Amino acid sequence: MPDSETIIGLAEAIRGGEISAADTVRDCLGRIEAIDATLHSFHETYGSRAIQIAATIDSAIKAGRDPGPLAGVPVAIKDNLVTDFGHTTCSSRMLEHYESPYTSTAVQRLMDAGAVIIGKTNCDEFAMGSSTEQCAFGPTRNPWDTDRVPGGSSGGSAAAVAAGLCPGALGSDTGGSVRQPAALCGIVGVKPSYGRVSRLGLVAFGSSLDQIGSLARRVPDAALLLGVIAGADPGDSTCAERAVPDYLEKIDEPVEGLRLGVPRQYLSDDNDPAVNEAVRGAIEVYRGLGASIIDIDLPLTGYAIATYYVIATAEASSNLARYDGIRYGRRAALEPGDDLFDLYAKSRAEGFGPEVQRRIMLGTYVLSAGYYDAYYKRALQVRRLIKQEFDAAFEHCDALLGPTSPTPAFAIGEKADPLSMYLCDLYTTGANIAGICAISIPGGHAEEAGRALPVGIQLQCKAFDEATMFRVARMFEAATDFHTKRPG
Amino acid sequence: MPEPLSLDEVRRVARLARLRLSPAQLEQYRSQLSSVLDHIAKLNELDVEGVEPMAHPGELTNRLSPDEVADPLPVEQLLAIAPAVTDGFLAVPKVLGEGGGP
Repeated sequence: MPDSETIIGLAEAIRGGEISAADTVRDCLGRIEAIDATLHSFHETYGSRAIQIAATIDSAIKAGRDPGPLAGVPVAIKDNLVTDFGHTTCSSRMLEHYESPYTSTAVQRLMDAGAVIIGKTNCDEFAMGSSTEQCAFGPTRNPWDTDRVPGGSSGGSAAAVAAGLCPGALGSDTGGSVRQPAALCGIVGVKPSYGRVSRLGLVAFGSSLDQIGSLARRVPDAALLLGVIAGADPGDSTCAERAVPDYLEKIDEPVEGLRLGVPRQYLSDDNDPAVNEAVRGAIEVYRGLGASIIDIDLPLTGYAIATYYVIATAEASSNLARYDGIRYGRRAALEPGDDLFDLYAKSRAEGFGPEVQRRIMLGTYVLSAGYYDAYYKRALQVRRLIKQEFDAAFEHCDALLGPTSPTPAFAIGEKADPLSMYLCDLYTTGANIAGICAISIPGGHAEEAGRALPVGIQLQCKAFDEATMFRVARMFEAATDFHTKRPG
Repeated sequence: MPEPLSLDEVRRVARLARLRLSPAQLEQYRSQLSSVLDHIAKLNELDVEGVEPMAHPGELTNRLSPDEVADPLPVEQLLAIAPAVTDGFLAVPKVLGEGGGP
């Protein structure tokens, strides 16, 4: 019986001819058809195209060719990764009908490795949000409790994987947008080091923060996906020209003499008690595996949100200036006498939802004359201090352990105040600010009104040390069974 | 603690950001952005004297690409996704002279 629960097992079974890629894709589409009307994790699926590609993969295998390490594996992609088929909406009225003339590097690499792109998943508009509620086409629901959010902004990708609609997905993470939904949906989510994955074809939000990351139910599966999409790209000069290690090679080998840092600021009394309980439990699991637990002090933790929301919005206000109603995207109907300024201002007012408008406004403000030094420059200075604080911590430990999110999934509509939503990113923005890599893995469950809600724990490692990060994460996964629990 | 934003400032920012907002939206953003700026003021607690600003986490250096003609996306394909096209050009309202904007 092939292990079709995991991406690695599924690809092996398809490559070995035990199961067909076409059937696998059909199963996937069937589950989406059956369940996704409730969850709304997908914007669109590529049914006939996906089945046709899967059939080609099956014929290749029959003919003795190897379609690659992801042969026939259905993968969902966040709707801010462009493809030259289907639409790329970014969950925005601005791009409601947008069809990209090209395909993002990460998605192309998935396809080159044999993956079958099954559809595009819902997200907060332009990836700005922590709940997948700020969407022009409706929110996504958490498969563990459909009255709750799946987290965000890659909430559609996380919900789809958690609900078993597909075995893996891509998201993007600017301040926690892969890790936090992975935590709230009980799966694995990776934010690679800045520069690990090409951003070509990822619709830009905060260019010095954005990375594409993988979501899956198991650590090795997330590592396999990252290994496929990572690596230098002539199309993105910020993508590092560094070799990509084989993340699976030693993934089952425990890290010898592991030094695990626990920043005291991460076990805050403001966290949900179930979150702190999961982190304390994880500390004991690692201690039991022979790790030494190191006390770490990261006094700037409480400044990450402020730093992040200056830098990310400043970059967003510049990046989103491209939506001008002229070259592509939405254009407002004009009145007689309207000029070019009216065209810009009306198109952008119609096309962007409130959270995107707020962030553009904030970013414009912190960059504007008279405020630049006080806000933007200062945030960049604090950014360096935060990076130095992480650098110093990694001199004493191999990985930092803590919560991914201060709470489990919250109710849809609960966080109406923007600042309360921003504070969800307390533990995740640091990795983006510093450019280091981080992963969220299932670490426990909270009981809320008789329902189990997943709790994620986060591991952070120094930049380009994903190989260690995956091994440390895998040690925990192999010693626990939180990842085997399913919603519903 | 910073002063809350004034409506005039919010109007100025909306203009810079090219967003045509209603009075209700301006007022809502004024209050929401004021509370976010209030949180951001935390950064003033830190001593950043002499700290070099960090715009980017990467190990960035300029990269030169080979001086070769590449295959660009066909113009027709790009025009096909534009909202308004006239005679093979992107169409915009009058830019210069009367009606050329503020």
